[in-house]
Amino acid sequence: MSKANLLDRRAVVSELLRDRKGAFAVGGLGASTYDIAAAGDHERNFYLWGGMGGAVMIGLGLALAQPTLPVVVITGDGEMLMGMGSLATVALQQPKNLSIIVLDNEAYGETGGQASHTGGPADLVGVAKACGIGDSRSISTMAEVEAFASSLQDVTAGPRFASAKIDGANQERVLSSRDGTYIVNRIRGSIGHTPI
Amino acid sequence: MHARADTAASWPEEIFSILQRFEVRQVPYVPDAGHSELIERVLGSSAMRGIALTTEEEGVALLAGAWAGGQRGVLLMQSSGVGNCINMLSLVQIFRLPFLTLVTMRGEWGEFNPWQVPMGSNTQGILELAGIKVLRASRPDEVREVVEAGAAQAYNACTPTAVLLSQRLIGAKVFTK
Repeated sequence: MSKANLLDRRAVVSELLRDRKGAFAVGGLGASTYDIAAAGDHERNFYLWGGMGGAVMIGLGLALAQPTLPVVVITGDGEMLMGMGSLATVALQQPKNLSIIVLDNEAYGETGGQASHTGGPADLVGVAKACGIGDSRSISTMAEVEAFASSLQDVTAGPRFASAKIDGANQERVLSSRDGTYIVNRIRGSIGHTPI
Repeated sequence: MHARADTAASWPEEIFSILQRFEVRQVPYVPDAGHSELIERVLGSSAMRGIALTTEEEGVALLAGAWAGGQRGVLLMQSSGVGNCINMLSLVQIFRLPFLTLVTMRGEWGEFNPWQVPMGSNTQGILELAGIKVLRASRPDEVREVVEAGAAQAYNACTPTAVLLSQRLIGAKVFTK
């Protein structure tokens, strides 16, 4: 399963969040949420355990509400395929502080590694670009990951989209909290909102 | 192409005032003729952001992000769109969102298009199965009161609420050649 020329998903996410400053990180359900947890729990981590196809839209709602803070959505190819229309919605709104990165292993890893469309003809970078996200790129080296990590701090030049082809190897599950009200209220608390 | 009863006050204008008063900021929508006047008001407002969606479930997820970021929102859609939201409505319970949606009804009052009837007949039941309280306005003079109650319980009590705007209120769509 493992291929030498592909990136390690944990290394990618760890680099994306290493110097995150005030950034919010939204993870799609499945392995990308575990990757974010593995990089270290944080009060601005928005872990998803369901709502497949919704990660980018959650990121958009957050980005529009907090335009001065960076928001990064880190999701998988299967989750992104289910919410592909949201790329058109994001492009229409042009949120300058929103970055999206797909960890693309060309498979549904959580359900047994069944092949996804990105292993076939589907090209998510092409989709994002055609929807109107001008800054859409493929990432294949850690140097490009580092460049993306520093660009996501720029809240004046988004939205931006990247797809990184990653190693398909399953990693140890690092389980985040799965209590939604705790996750959301902790994020709200971090920007000064008290419970109702 | 809607036959509307003349009324002194425009009920979409009344809804807009209520949304202003509750400091609603994000208004995701899939267009519907019954919502057209309200959508125009929202798009012309500096305090609210109208957000066109490709499918209604996007709006549920958007409102979860908005709430995490400290903003209130409302989802505008037609009854057929409720069916598109079902799995994403899990977020409303999971995050205990102050969720409000205003749903214009089709398939229930003088409908011409039979394709609207299956979803229109089950809109209320589906919302209730998803844990959402359902209120309904059928006459122009009750819209203000019903939407105000829905907004109050959604935003003040985090009680997810849908307000159904009856096809009787909006008028059956007239199909002409």
